Amino acid sequence: MKKNLLLLLAVVSLTLVPLWMTHPVKEGTDAFSGADAQAETLITKIRPDYAPWAKPLWEPPSGEIESLLFGVQAAVGAGLIGYCLGFYRGRRLSGTKQRPS
Amino acid sequence: MHIMEGYLPVKHAIAWGVVSAPFLAFGVHRLKRKMTADPQAKILLGASGGFCFVLSALKLPSVTGSCSHPTGIGLGTTMFGPWVMTVMGTIVLLFQALLLAHGGITTLGANAFSMAIVGAFVAHGVFRSSLTLRLPFSVAVFLAAALSDMATYITTSVQLALSFPDPVSGFAGALAKFMAVFAVTQIPLALTEGFLTVLVINLLRTNATDAMREAQVLPKGMGA
Repeated sequence: MKKNLLLLLAVVSLTLVPLWMTHPVKEGTDAFSGADAQAETLITKIRPDYAPWAKPLWEPPSGEIESLLFGVQAAVGAGLIGYCLGFYRGRRLSGTKQRPS
Repeated sequence: MHIMEGYLPVKHAIAWGVVSAPFLAFGVHRLKRKMTADPQAKILLGASGGFCFVLSALKLPSVTGSCSHPTGIGLGTTMFGPWVMTVMGTIVLLFQALLLAHGGITTLGANAFSMAIVGAFVAHGVFRSSLTLRLPFSVAVFLAAALSDMATYITTSVQLALSFPDPVSGFAGALAKFMAVFAVTQIPLALTEGFLTVLVINLLRTNATDAMREAQVLPKGMGA
């Protein structure tokens, strides 16, 4: 249990520390922009004539909708993990060994 | 690691699709077989896929001042081996390509190759070798998850450098540039992924010991 708390602490600090560091913001990018988008910019720098030959079939109409969908993705995943842990914990504590149907 | 829609030349996009397809076909076969042979494993399979969903939705800040995301491939690989995770990873990528305009259908082959295939096989190789070297179980899981995460981003850099060699410094020059964007950013994130994977494996081993043993998802003697 203590080990798990330490692991959680490591995760939280690794995530928070970069926020306190100062970073030179490169021209044309925002602070903490996505690496994927930076790679896209880099491609256009290496090959200014490159034109993407396909477009996404559908794009979230706004940043809000995009974060909604990311939220859904994370929630579905967390739900699956929580269900699994809860199911087996409940079974372990109740001492029964019913098989999931 | 998402190469955006249309951002790989046609030939490269097709080539990566052709390379990835057989892995996925065999992955689907193995996944079906596992589900029929061990119905008990379904819930654990769900958790493995779920971990992939959560982690690839979390864009974390990195020391380079940009954001990127972990992949979550390592957890499932340590339990089920690499094949099953090639499918799970690709499902996540498909979800993001269709609903989030992250990655794309034309680049799905390349992205599946870096995340779901290279990621899973590196995790598997590292996990098995670490256990052979008699490293502690948690260390093996940590290394598998962290190095799988790094390998995915290095693969993306190689893929982009192959498609877009620098006019002056060629493939090597472009690789250095793409690595600066992807690989360096990823180092702290890979550590984060390693720690989170060990955390979830710990919780699973505490609570689902019997299920893991019955589904034969842990190496012998590692059940508790």
